[in-house]
Amino acid sequence: MQTAKTVTVGTMESSDIMITLKPNASGITIDLDSNVKKQFGAHITALMTEVLQKLGINDIAVEAVDKGALDCTIKARTIAAAYRLQGKTDYDWEALNSWNV
Amino acid sequence: MERLRRTMMFVPGANPAMLRDAILYGADSVMFDLEDAVSLKEKDTARVLVYSALKTFDYSSVETVVRVNALDAGGKQDIEAMVLGGINVIRLPKTETAQDIIDVDAVITAVEAKYDIPAGTTHMMAAIESAEGVLNAREIAKASDRMIGIALGAEDYVTSQKTRRYPDGAELSFARNYILHSARAAGIAAIDTVYSDVDNEEGLRHETELIKQLGFDGKSVINPRQIPVINGIYAPTIKEVQKAQEVMAGIREAEAKGSGVIAVNGQMVDKPIVERAERVLALAKATNMEVD
Repeated sequence: MQTAKTVTVGTMESSDIMITLKPNASGITIDLDSNVKKQFGAHITALMTEVLQKLGINDIAVEAVDKGALDCTIKARTIAAAYRLQGKTDYDWEALNSWNV
Repeated sequence: MERLRRTMMFVPGANPAMLRDAILYGADSVMFDLEDAVSLKEKDTARVLVYSALKTFDYSSVETVVRVNALDAGGKQDIEAMVLGGINVIRLPKTETAQDIIDVDAVITAVEAKYDIPAGTTHMMAAIESAEGVLNAREIAKASDRMIGIALGAEDYVTSQKTRRYPDGAELSFARNYILHSARAAGIAAIDTVYSDVDNEEGLRHETELIKQLGFDGKSVINPRQIPVINGIYAPTIKEVQKAQEVMAGIREAEAKGSGVIAVNGQMVDKPIVERAERVLALAKATNMEVD
């Protein structure tokens, strides 16, 4: 899906990640700022891409500022951002649980 | 033997670092807060953060509790996510009547059925924070088989009573005693309110000694620094542990001989004394005292 909206989720606190989703004409692009980008950049990017695609978002520009977030935090923040982008407040917990977030 | 609940630590649901570190401080229970600690516009993000943490971290060394929002303010979603995440206890804030508990029980029952979770897996507790809630504590405590405890929330309560908190706690005397009696009559735990002046260790010590004397299982905690103070006050003395061990040894000996009533050091030992001895030994173990 495509959207004109921009949403931001998360904080700049230690162990968190701040994720901003902006409209993008085609594909998922991810601009990641992280102290551990060298070691984990590819992993973080792949994780966010997977979550976005599972939630049906294929055209989006992501700006992420990572402050040492663990996978569970990155997933949770990406899910929340995606739901906000789509303007949905009722989560499909059954679906989320089936891919074991 | 029911589990110990000397300390129940509040953990803000919107804080990933605290969700990760929650088990490190020695609290018997950790209580993820989706209610007052989370701003209105972050309710959605906190809910999925706590869900994700429950699915990821090993919290098995503690009891996990979540303070949910009212059912008409996101509470239903909170409950679905938390039950699915495997939370041990749903804590309902600002409980006023038994019906509040019955309503939350119905939501939990529906979620457990939807996801094939055995009925009754998820427990409940109620925070009582008003005059109405205190006066209904007895019915609240017995309103559901899921109930494992009731807790006093003093800040809202003293406001509803047109007073404030004082160092001697006289303003909480009726609420504490009534909540405690209601909990005991229902066979569930009684948890005291938080001590909010985190820099006043002497005040915390005084209040904990008071509520331990009354019979409370423990206190809610807002700062990890308070945990060792409270656990220390609940720790039995060496003399209490020795006496408890003698009682248990006497019981074992009597059972081996097939005799009913026994005496230890000239004192008759009956059921309440055995129960007290079991609790002393459980507290001793939890405090890492060496117990046979």
